[in-house]
Amino acid sequence: MNKPLVNEYGSKEKLIVATAPLCGCFGCHMSLLDIDERILQLVELVEFDRSPITDIKDIGKCDIGLIEGGVANVHNVEDLREFRNNCDILVAVGACAVNGGVPAMRNQFDIKECLEEAYILGIGIENPHVPNDVEIPLLLDKVHPIHEVVRVDYFLPGCPPSADTFWKFLTDLINGNTIDFPYSLIHYD
Amino acid sequence: MNTENTFRLDGKDIPFKKGDTIMDAALRAGEYIPHLCHNPEFKPHGSCRLCVVDVNGRHQASCTLPAEAGMEVDNSSDAIRQRRELLLQMLFVEGNHTCPACEKSGACQLQAVAYYIGMLSPHLTHFFPKRSIDASHPDIVFYHNRCILCGLCVRASEQVDRKSVFAISGRGIDSKLVFNSPDGKLGGSELEFTDKAVEVCPVGAIMPKHLGYETPVGQRLYDTKPISVVGDVAAHSKPEKPFISDKSHE
Repeated sequence: MNKPLVNEYGSKEKLIVATAPLCGCFGCHMSLLDIDERILQLVELVEFDRSPITDIKDIGKCDIGLIEGGVANVHNVEDLREFRNNCDILVAVGACAVNGGVPAMRNQFDIKECLEEAYILGIGIENPHVPNDVEIPLLLDKVHPIHEVVRVDYFLPGCPPSADTFWKFLTDLINGNTIDFPYSLIHYD
Repeated sequence: MNTENTFRLDGKDIPFKKGDTIMDAALRAGEYIPHLCHNPEFKPHGSCRLCVVDVNGRHQASCTLPAEAGMEVDNSSDAIRQRRELLLQMLFVEGNHTCPACEKSGACQLQAVAYYIGMLSPHLTHFFPKRSIDASHPDIVFYHNRCILCGLCVRASEQVDRKSVFAISGRGIDSKLVFNSPDGKLGGSELEFTDKAVEVCPVGAIMPKHLGYETPVGQRLYDTKPISVVGDVAAHSKPEKPFISDKSHE
């Protein structure tokens, strides 16, 4: 049994949730929004801080941080560490955050091979060159699941985790229940 | 019940015959013990260790341990569940198991056992080993990334198909399946689509060409019911003729 995240006086003070997309496809964020009208219940309980949904760019102190995507470049590392430093509970959401997912399939190749295939050798490429603008974050040699970079408190598998998985997880966590997914909510694809 | 021929599995009396392993007797009695390298049709291999149980205070592989009267076998405690989860996590991080990009997903025994155990993450640091794909065979692709070295295809090819197409070679993280053919590629071997060795693969390592994603999500083998109810992949796999061969009928 976890400690309920609502305070003991039943205060309406809301929990603060932040979300971040690292190296993913945004599918997990879409799946979160797939809770449909339940989002009205959710916003009674939580307030969103930094998130692509709110477009708030800087993270403050948060209760829960939901991370979608693996760690593929230096910006991902910075964002992830910032989330870890500011979130009491950090959650790996979806296959990419949990085990690297589809982006980690590039780990089979050297970074040079990947860049050359994408920007030089690929079909239909005009002006072939590897982009080198300083604004573009440097790629890591491998894509890593987030638990290889920071401590992670909870994992939601799935590609993406279903809306019901999000709902079950968030409501259990907020109400202080042990998170115990039924068979139908555990899947890796 | 004659207690001389029973052992206790999670408090239930399980009858056994002479020569039975714990796994044999448990499966016959309808008790599920998670396993990957075991298939009742073949001699036990004892390599995946997923079937670990606690027997009189010691951890043992139930697929190789002969049943004895009066044994106290624990197949369901949290300690055993945790041990199995760790074994699964080691299997997941030492291969490249990208479930969202695998056509075996939903009907994969490695995945199904992990669902049954309730594994939510691989927890350990991934090896991300560089492994190849052998697509030289006209009807079959071999994915080294997904192979868990259970040895079932090795045994099936030897004992049923009488071809000895497969063997496990190398050590540690470099262990891999090798093929018995002049150029070392699967295409040069005697393997045929209808071979038992193709049927028994519990994961997405030996895959038919031209048949991917035939079953819709939601209707796949383990989509709604756990492996303890559904049973092994091999019990359900009846390879159909590959699509490309049907072109002769056009």
